[in-house]
Amino acid sequence: MTARTGKPGTAGRNKAPASAKASTAQRPQRTLAEAAAEARALAEAEQMSPEGWGFVDTIDRRDFMRLTATGLLISFSVKPLKGMARPVWNPANLQRPSPDFNAFVHIAANDRVTVLVGKVEMGQGVMTSLPQMAAEELNVAIDKVDVVMGDTELCPFDMGTYGSLSTRTLGPVLRAAAAEGKAVLMQMASEKLGVPVAQLEVVDGVVRSTTDRSKRVSYGELTAGKRIERKVDGAAALEKVGDFSVMGISAPRRDAPEKVTGKAKYAGDMILKGALHARLLRPPAHGATLKSVDTSEAERQPGVRVVKVDEIVAVLHAHRDEADKALKLVKAEWNPSPSTLNDKNIFEHLEKAAPEGRAEQQAGDVAAGERAAATVVSTKYLKGYVAHSPMETHSAAVEIAPDGKVTVWAGTQTPFPLQTQVARALKVPTEKVRVIVPYVGGGFGGKSASAQAIEAARLAQAAGVPVRVIWDRSEEFFYDGFDPATVINIKSGLTAAKKIAFWDYEVIAAGNRGAEHFYDIPHHRTVVRGRWGGTQDGLHPFAVGPWRAPGANANCFARESHIDALAAKAVADPVQFRLDNFARDASGERMRRVLETAAKKFGWTSRPTPSRSGSMGLGVACGIDAGTYVAGIAEVRVNKATGEVKMERVVIAQDMGVVVNPVGALQQLEGCIVMGLGYTLTEELRFRNGEVLDKNYTSYTLPRFSWVPKIEAVFVENNELPPQGGGEPAIILVGAMVGNAIFDATGVRMTQLPLTNARVKAALA
Amino acid sequence: MPSISFTLNGKPATLDTAPDRRLLWVLRDDLGLTGSKFGCGIGSCGACTVMVDGKATRSCTTALSAVAGKKVTTIEGLADGEKLAPVQEAFLDHLGFQCGYCTSGMIVTGHALLEQNPKPTREQIVQGMERNYCRCGAHPRIVDAIEAASKTPTVGGGR
Repeated sequence: MTARTGKPGTAGRNKAPASAKASTAQRPQRTLAEAAAEARALAEAEQMSPEGWGFVDTIDRRDFMRLTATGLLISFSVKPLKGMARPVWNPANLQRPSPDFNAFVHIAANDRVTVLVGKVEMGQGVMTSLPQMAAEELNVAIDKVDVVMGDTELCPFDMGTYGSLSTRTLGPVLRAAAAEGKAVLMQMASEKLGVPVAQLEVVDGVVRSTTDRSKRVSYGELTAGKRIERKVDGAAALEKVGDFSVMGISAPRRDAPEKVTGKAKYAGDMILKGALHARLLRPPAHGATLKSVDTSEAERQPGVRVVKVDEIVAVLHAHRDEADKALKLVKAEWNPSPSTLNDKNIFEHLEKAAPEGRAEQQAGDVAAGERAAATVVSTKYLKGYVAHSPMETHSAAVEIAPDGKVTVWAGTQTPFPLQTQVARALKVPTEKVRVIVPYVGGGFGGKSASAQAIEAARLAQAAGVPVRVIWDRSEEFFYDGFDPATVINIKSGLTAAKKIAFWDYEVIAAGNRGAEHFYDIPHHRTVVRGRWGGTQDGLHPFAVGPWRAPGANANCFARESHIDALAAKAVADPVQFRLDNFARDASGERMRRVLETAAKKFGWTSRPTPSRSGSMGLGVACGIDAGTYVAGIAEVRVNKATGEVKMERVVIAQDMGVVVNPVGALQQLEGCIVMGLGYTLTEELRFRNGEVLDKNYTSYTLPRFSWVPKIEAVFVENNELPPQGGGEPAIILVGAMVGNAIFDATGVRMTQLPLTNARVKAALA
Repeated sequence: MPSISFTLNGKPATLDTAPDRRLLWVLRDDLGLTGSKFGCGIGSCGACTVMVDGKATRSCTTALSAVAGKKVTTIEGLADGEKLAPVQEAFLDHLGFQCGYCTSGMIVTGHALLEQNPKPTREQIVQGMERNYCRCGAHPRIVDAIEAASKTPTVGGGR
């Protein structure tokens, strides 16, 4: 059903052309510091550009033209969301004011519909939900719709798959494009059948007269032998929610059959003839520099090749486990890292080193509010670095054909930026590089950067053979773009009437996502110091980047913990306290509806917090993320003797606008809860002087089966609103729900994530 | 180099390669069976799980020599032709996956679990799967799937 592209081709498995080798040899030696400086300069340029939303018109369209030589082709563009005019992640520093088009819908003579988008499937289910939307608007069965994703040669430019944007921004225009396609086909059918459009209907891709059903013609018959191109002008009417026959109904996942049989291919599964696995020499610490290296013993091993390209020292072997063994034989001496930071002193460092902030949300006079307050609560909230840790480590395979064409199979969230990066690294024109993204084994933001693919490309060029790079788990922990450690300072207080008097909020290093509150507070200020990503010289000891709902997990933990503390000061029911204090506007109303839904589903009975039951607590939290409003209540068991915390039951109510694929949305929500338990309970990177001490799962613990609570979800109906994000919202609540539940059970406020057994035990002692 | 023979997915396999090679990479690199995945390389995460004589085994830490003369079953060998094993069917029905990368290991572990204990309690399933990691958070559906598979009459009939 699904047109997947990108099986390793049969062409071009020979050595790279001599010219490629020569250019490698001539390239000036570049030190690690110079490479870092270049990366910094690129990233700085990105930060300064007012419009970084890029487009590169370098697609080799020959294959695409062949595919679409006849039929109806609708191209359409996606306008960036308000507030997202700049991409959140632009590693290649792509520049162009606005895209011409972002996706295609093609209707072929054989009645098949093809959706071509540059997004990638990494488990979030867009391979299913995007065709659902096209099928809905075109009135065809979903199994007539194919999808081609993540191929720089076939799909139009896309900045990347992140920010819960696929359904949110691509969805409406994809629907508009399909609706436009239907309008064009109806007009053609009207002319062909001699029936006015108003008297035509479409049933599964066949246009027929409503008065004379013998007058009928299929989409394919209309487009056969013709080539028609249209751009979406936005005039076509979309299907109304009440008329949906494909959207809003759970569709079978298209990736399911391949994934349960082991046939689904990931980048590391691309076995190219003659390919060698490469293992790269890595520094022991961030900031360590190479003093000397001796590869002679590795080179003596049968089948091993040692390849050095600029700063890369790699051992290559046809078998990955033999390459592992050879890498252990490479002897290297390193100058130590100058870093003196570790997972304990990092917070003090961040407070000192973070740039001055500015108020992103502000009203009234915070000082006056504080003077008027009857009670003041001031708290510092902390959260450590968290790894993405997708089960598939960064993997890539690269083959360079005799004609110089570079094909990259990579597990990446950003195929088009990667195409540009590879072209720059190899000093070849962008159109000579094709990036194909097979299934991605989890991304969560961590595969926005794809250094492994650039490494594989450089080694393939230097070695003259196809090269596979599959990072080891220790490399994954070392080179991850971590969710940054964060300090959040909140000072707030209550009036004598138990209303929130003022709110002074400072977030350091987590960025602004989720920092803004949605409460009715006369005097407030939200100051954001430092972002969650990009280059921030000296602020972090290693790379940081987008992690599922970047920054919002820390911001939501701090805000909702603090609101809970205020509720306790007011001796109030934490649900009612929130309802009483939500902003008096449409946003506050929407949040009220969501929290009331969660409370009803949970069976909430009014009671002040803390209840001090000692062993069982209830925790409430609310948040807004990716356009979705979400509220949750969790029941959490606390073992005072061991500090162990177990979420037993959680209820989530979520208003995400139109729900395209209910079961897909539910899967994402469940994933949010389980993954959220990681950053909440155990996940915190340990490091010292540039060395990442967590090298594998022996010391860094991901959520396990026994942690999983009973998860109950309600999607609050809001069909007036187009689909909003679903992959991230619920995760932001988990830390605050658990922290608030511990407080409810014990009266002790936890202020540092993760809430490890040791921390909880110590706090309760 | 001595050759090592074993039964792979019901068929004889003989390899002339170093006996201390890791089974995972022999399967993937030498035999082209890429369904078993690399996740951690130290037997922690379970993405590489295969069955050796019916027992769930981490292929990334298993030496090739350790499977000489034994029966190795990978995700590719669970189905009987077009007919999926009950656990595979149940993963389809219950959507016990998202990105799919841990899925082979989950299904093989679940299959082996049911071969050892055809009618496990939900708690026994959770304990049996505890050492397999999934980052997407498909856990609730994986447990549902294995529980459902345990209730199908044909379970335990796999290789």
